Amino acid sequence: MAVATREQAPAAADRGVWSWITTVDHKRIGIMYAVAAFIFFLVGGFEALLIRTQLAGPNGTVLSAEAYNQIFTMHGLTMVFAVIMPIAAAFQNYFVPLQIGARDVAFPRINAFAFWLFFFSALFLYTSFLFGGAPDGAWVGYAPLSTQLTEYVRMDYYSVGAQLLGVASLAGSINFIATIFTMRAPGMSLMRMPVFVWMTVVTSFLLILSLPVIGVGLWQLLFDRNFGTLFYAAQAQGDPLLWQHLFWIFGHPEVYVLILPAMGIVSEILPVMSRKPLFGYAFVVFSGIAIGFLGFGVWAHHMFTAGLGPVAEAGFGLATMLIAIPTGVKIFNWIGTTWGGRLKLTTPMLFSLGFISMFVIGGLSGVTHSIVPADTQQHDSYYIVAHFHYVLFGGAVLGYMAGAYYWFPKWTGKMLSETIGKWHFWITLIGFNLTFAPQHILGLDGMPRRTYRYDAGLGWDGWNLMSTIGSYLIAVGVLVFIWNIIRSWRNGEPAGNDPWDGRTLEWTTSSPPPVHNFDEVPVVHHVDDFWYRKYGIDEDGRAVKMPEVSGGALTVDTDTGGEDGDADAHDIHMPSPSYFPIIASAGVVILGAGLVFISSGAIGFGLLALGAIVSLWGFMGWAGEPITKEAH
Amino acid sequence: MVSEGAVVDHDFEDTGNPIHRVRKTAMWAFLGSEAFFFGAMISTFLLYRNTIGDGPGAEIFNIPFTSASSFVLLMSSLTMVLADNSFQKGDQRQGRVWLIGTALLGTTFLAGQIFEFTEFVHEGLTISTSPFGSSFYMLTGFHGLHVAVGVLLLSMLVFFSLRGRYSPDGGMNVELVALYWHFVDIVWIVIFTVVYLLQI
Amino acid sequence: MATATHAHPTAKTYWLIALFLGIVTAIEVTVPYIDALDPIRAVLLILLGSAKFAVVVAVFMHLRYDLKAYRFYFLIGLAGATVVFAVVLASFRAF
Ligand code: HEM
Ligand SMILES: [Cu+2]
Repeated sequence: MAVATREQAPAAADRGVWSWITTVDHKRIGIMYAVAAFIFFLVGGFEALLIRTQLAGPNGTVLSAEAYNQIFTMHGLTMVFAVIMPIAAAFQNYFVPLQIGARDVAFPRINAFAFWLFFFSALFLYTSFLFGGAPDGAWVGYAPLSTQLTEYVRMDYYSVGAQLLGVASLAGSINFIATIFTMRAPGMSLMRMPVFVWMTVVTSFLLILSLPVIGVGLWQLLFDRNFGTLFYAAQAQGDPLLWQHLFWIFGHPEVYVLILPAMGIVSEILPVMSRKPLFGYAFVVFSGIAIGFLGFGVWAHHMFTAGLGPVAEAGFGLATMLIAIPTGVKIFNWIGTTWGGRLKLTTPMLFSLGFISMFVIGGLSGVTHSIVPADTQQHDSYYIVAHFHYVLFGGAVLGYMAGAYYWFPKWTGKMLSETIGKWHFWITLIGFNLTFAPQHILGLDGMPRRTYRYDAGLGWDGWNLMSTIGSYLIAVGVLVFIWNIIRSWRNGEPAGNDPWDGRTLEWTTSSPPPVHNFDEVPVVHHVDDFWYRKYGIDEDGRAVKMPEVSGGALTVDTDTGGEDGDADAHDIHMPSPSYFPIIASAGVVILGAGLVFISSGAIGFGLLALGAIVSLWGFMGWAGEPITKEAH
Repeated sequence: MVSEGAVVDHDFEDTGNPIHRVRKTAMWAFLGSEAFFFGAMISTFLLYRNTIGDGPGAEIFNIPFTSASSFVLLMSSLTMVLADNSFQKGDQRQGRVWLIGTALLGTTFLAGQIFEFTEFVHEGLTISTSPFGSSFYMLTGFHGLHVAVGVLLLSMLVFFSLRGRYSPDGGMNVELVALYWHFVDIVWIVIFTVVYLLQI
Repeated sequence: MATATHAHPTAKTYWLIALFLGIVTAIEVTVPYIDALDPIRAVLLILLGSAKFAVVVAVFMHLRYDLKAYRFYFLIGLAGATVVFAVVLASFRAF
């Protein structure tokens, strides 16, 4: 196992803050996404606790109505754009190239640009608390509420912030599409790709096709607020309903953007922990694609109370019910995967099973929304809040937690503690259900969402208190997780290359992998190629361990020991670090800041000018810089 | 999708330089994305095409003038493709001439657009006259912005080529800029039909 | 496949295409002024515009000659946008 023992001793130049700022390595960028997403998770979680504290009992006094609106809006924006999307991007950045046997993504500098743009934009969104107040019109930003009160810049922050985060995500998605379609290792045909890679393809397409639509809506919002256009001005026969369409044409595909990568992760973990191949690989892949397609045809189910008329409502209701079919297919395939397997109930497995069960509950309440008359009762009530937290927290967050436990060893070379991990899982699962299950009842009892206080005697007090207690329990779970990370990073068990007896290519290289990922580009013959190198099938169809892997197998890199091996490693030209992406992204965010303050005259124009100069510097330098500078 | 993949795999060795394939994949995906961007703005325009309030409507369009500038943009696609052709053959001298021609035609189109906007404003159509005005200016304005970015890219290509720093393998190459430029042109083909000809 | 990929048209083809584009544009501009064509005006204009669109994409952008995969990346956006926004406009009864 030459690869396993080879020490990762980066040269001095590869360390330190500067090396992270200028890095174009997909693995480092992945780690930065993860760290940033986790920090924003703590911030968004803090906001959630404020909300729940306010609502713990009737007539709460922790937050004013004004503060409450800002806090719940920022909570939603943060969790969607600054936590779940980037944590998905973190896993995708780190593992897509590894899983397809590539050395990096297609456009390493665009990758760095996308990360920094996301990070600066999210920080910029938070500066709103200091300068003029945070967005307070909900993450859906419905007009005409969002186009009013132009004396505050709050919703200008919303419009520009979401726009910039969208551009970052667009750049990242195009990068993944190019990477996956053109840079796979020899033999890695599309139908041999790991499901996680497939789900990345689907989400990338969803993003590039849906982000421009909300982009247009956000521009219109900004123009209406600052330049006197009349897109959503009902008094001039502009139609606010247009905003709802533009938002949800993005918004519904977006919810699949949040969940599909988590589904991909779970589809990776279940076979490994069940010691069986994924049941119905092709079905899982095609149902993922089907979800993507259908996901573009159901947006108006968020608008059932807007008066679209019976034909549209019936059509969108039916389409929404249809989407449950491919979703159900996936669930049955996951159950089929575990069926009869010799399960290893490790922490990633527990989170995966938690994912499946909680997601089923959320999916079922989703189907109840698709019944139009029922939804007119549920709409904008806490029942909706319960639904989307079951799919987003019970689904997406648990899925990404599973991924964190599964892949942490690859990131750091250390295992996360299983004991603490199990505590983390159970506390989170119980806390989560305590928080959100009662919200179903609250909603059906008539408690509206986005309400900053409620009167006593409506029968809501107990359920709300329960929900608040649950939310603190989730917070305890998060603390346990942090403790686990710190402890295991310091002195966790060493992981080795392949701690879980994995099936995909990332487990063939060292933990953490070398800069160039693979000393030799692997050649692929099967789905789960790595597993077939370790196991054969006996007459009864059972897996048997191959005697000792040797010669040409992926686990052993025959070349690294010898002299020519070293020469090999030197011949791999990795793209050089560059500081232009970070400059360009900073410039773009400054431009955005200029747009937010455009109505305040000099400040706005000053920022615009500065932003133009900085981004021009960044982009021009970038265009003139060769990808790989001469190393020797 | 599977069969597409098979094609991809098969062609991987054949396309000469894989880097071109990577970039063109990204560019085509980006153009697919742009289809939704312009689609949203065109739909907004169609939604508001009759919502003119007290201001002027489509009757202020000057079809002969816009036809001329449409023709200019169409012909810039010809010069662009000829530039691409010359660069593919390695004839950068000739290619630069076509690139400059394309940039000039693009600039002419932009000048025409500025003239048109000024005229319309004089006739009482501004972004805040009516939703019709808002959506007309937004759509044609964002298109104009795309043309302007295209002119900038073309100038950069000429600049790099003159300095001897042009390489078809570099991040900026004529083929990619050409794809972008033609796309901007076909968006105008749609706008010309939908916004102008169909509304008069 | 290799041959198909590289069989880009010659400069002459490009000039002919441009001629075609110019002629179609001329027809387009006259259509609204011919009263006899009024009943089919919209259809005619859409067809003519689509012809120009298709020719530029197929020949100038080389989509006819290039990898099939590129068609997929682009057409998914084009077709998707057309369908989605047709539904939006229909729901506003904008037609
Ligand atoms: C079987 C699948 C699903 C169905 C049938 C479904 C259906 C629905 C419907 C009809 C609504 C609108 C209810 C209303 O506002 O009156 C809704 C809201 C929502 N759903 Fe789902 N859903 C499904 C899965 C998901 C998934 C996977 C996610 C995210 C990962 C998700 C996230 C959301 C969110 C965030 C909202 C609320 C948006 C808002 O108003 O702020 N849903 N769902
Ligand atoms: Cu939805």
